[in-house]
Amino acid sequence: MIKRLINWWDGRFERRFSAVFPPNFNNPHDENSPYALSLSGKLLLEHQLPDDRHTLLENKYLIKIPAITKKHFDYACNRCGNRVQRFFASWPCGCGGACVYCRKCVQMGRVSCCSYLYIWSGQLVGFPRVERACAWEGELSWYQSVASERIVEAVDGQSHLLVWAVCGAGKTEMLFAGLERAFAEGKRVCLATPRADVVRELRPRFESAFPNVSIVARYGGSEEVDEGAQFLLATTHQLLYYARAFDVMIIDEVDAFPYHADPMLPYSTARALKPEATLIYLTATPRLDLRIRSHLNLLPTVFVPQRFHGHPLPVPVFHASFDLKKRNVPKALKTWLIEKKKADRRVLLFAPTIEKAEKLKGEIPGSISAHSEDPDRENKIRRFRQEEVDLLITTTILERGVTFPSIDVAVLDASHDVFDEAALVQIAGRAGRSPEDPDGDVVFFHDGASDAMVNARDSIRKMNKLAEKGGE
Amino acid sequence: MHCLWCDQEIIKDLNWNNLFQLPRNEVLCEGCKEEMHLLKGPACPKCSRETDEGELCHDCERWGEAPLERNLSLYRYNDFLKDVIAKWKYRGDYILVDVFKEDFLKRFKALKISKEAVLVPIPLSEERFAERGFNQSEALARMLPLETANPLRRVYSEKQSKKSRYDRMTTNNPFTIRTSITHPVVLIDDIYTTGRTLQHAAKLLKEAGAPSVMSYTLIRG
Ligand SMILES: [Zn+2]
Ligand SMILES: [Zn+2]
Ligand SMILES: [Zn+2]
Repeated sequence: MIKRLINWWDGRFERRFSAVFPPNFNNPHDENSPYALSLSGKLLLEHQLPDDRHTLLENKYLIKIPAITKKHFDYACNRCGNRVQRFFASWPCGCGGACVYCRKCVQMGRVSCCSYLYIWSGQLVGFPRVERACAWEGELSWYQSVASERIVEAVDGQSHLLVWAVCGAGKTEMLFAGLERAFAEGKRVCLATPRADVVRELRPRFESAFPNVSIVARYGGSEEVDEGAQFLLATTHQLLYYARAFDVMIIDEVDAFPYHADPMLPYSTARALKPEATLIYLTATPRLDLRIRSHLNLLPTVFVPQRFHGHPLPVPVFHASFDLKKRNVPKALKTWLIEKKKADRRVLLFAPTIEKAEKLKGEIPGSISAHSEDPDRENKIRRFRQEEVDLLITTTILERGVTFPSIDVAVLDASHDVFDEAALVQIAGRAGRSPEDPDGDVVFFHDGASDAMVNARDSIRKMNKLAEKGGE
Repeated sequence: MHCLWCDQEIIKDLNWNNLFQLPRNEVLCEGCKEEMHLLKGPACPKCSRETDEGELCHDCERWGEAPLERNLSLYRYNDFLKDVIAKWKYRGDYILVDVFKEDFLKRFKALKISKEAVLVPIPLSEERFAERGFNQSEALARMLPLETANPLRRVYSEKQSKKSRYDRMTTNNPFTIRTSITHPVVLIDDIYTTGRTLQHAAKLLKEAGAPSVMSYTLIRG
């Protein structure tokens, strides 16, 4: 009963989009159109259509649906899925009617009551079947190969899969076999991730792994246009430009969003997928909603509890320090930093707020700080990576993705609200990334341990236990 | 209520001072409000540029007699306003005009402009108007309690940001005028930067019979 309820609930975005654009839309065309490559799978606005749009519309190569629909007194945006009424505003549109636009997705170009969204309904583009597309010749660990097999199965079975892999598990390599299978069958694939720097980082890796597959990378500010690439690497926002496009979708770091609070991602994901498709979630720290589904076997799950180099995750050590509200640099932290300095270790220090990070920087000689509002942060991260500085102070922006081979990690005021369980697990995951130096120190300085701290430590221990058991 | 810019909920605390007042419709949260800096201090009487003691600024001194008698701007340009303007004007989030409404109206009333005067919003070229769907200057004019007239037409495109200052100062007048004018004119625009655009418009309006031309702009760039 509960399972059926959850399934029904999870299907709401698919149902909502199907209501405006029925799946398996019967297209009457056998012949190929020159536009199939660039237009199929896209959700287009008027100005993105080719000049002979009228012929295409007349001949039903394109279907148009209203961008915003009104039901009773409520508006709904068919592009971003928004239904929160305060995000709809009226404006003096040339259409003459009482026109309303969606503020939620206005950043991606304004759609209003009088605008339409266009979807290709002619013959879908056929992508080449690329045999043995993967040029990567490395080797997978035992856990990686288990996950890799499950991913291949999910691609074949057009099913959903949660890949619950610890930080540093080597998830990109786990995807290769599944991707190879997808490309061999001429499938169209999307890998979506919340952050643009991850797209930039992944692109060369996939390009060298799949030299014969057309790859396009899209994120806010990238100039690349998708003229019909088989493999799209994109930030999750870019999914707003797609409809019924992909046979396989991989969503990286799915927990980085409040998935439940903002319908934009689940709605556009549901729409960007073809009716029969594979959906793979990658995360090290799934949120409660996915955990429940995993627990109830609604979402098949594969664990990768071990890092690619086979060493256990560093378990955080709690260090009580009751002067941390009084002093900028508490005594315990100072002692720890001096020790590290003597041992010639490099340190990544997390502060709860930007203000605190700046204060710390002021008091610790030889340190630099980088945070989200810092225009120079790319450069500072580079300086730390190239070992020009030994202590980088940051806020939670560096908790994900960014890796430094050989560092120790400390969190100041770890019981602060900004450090939830997921953030702390991710932070701990920054240490011990390289096989040459697999056990970095992770210390949480606190003045009273929070539940999040305890849960984070428990979940890291649990993963290590799981890895021990399975490795035998 | 939620802040129109950051969407944070606006919580009003009740105290004896506001208990018997009608609840005001707050547009921005306190944090966002603090980011908007009204021009209040000493400034050039002709163009609103901030000067040490309210003296005429260097540019205005050099200009001498100009068709635009004076400009009054509301806010100092900063990164916050830059973001708001970008989302409003370029992304087309029309409703953001409400962010300025209260201040824009209040300062205008304080100017005590003759009821005879007409507002003339700086027009966009047809091309640009088609792109954006609305003219930001018109949106501003709409908030003010005077009649609006549209005697100007823009013939040259707005694309001038890449040209040098000298080029901008010597380019041809981007406007043409369609009718004659008998009322005093208040030009409305979002940003006053060099004043060149407004001077061009003022020149034509004067030639068409306007007894006086001033401008009221949102931001002094
Ligand atoms: Zn929307
Ligand atoms: Zn705000
Ligand atoms: Zn001046």
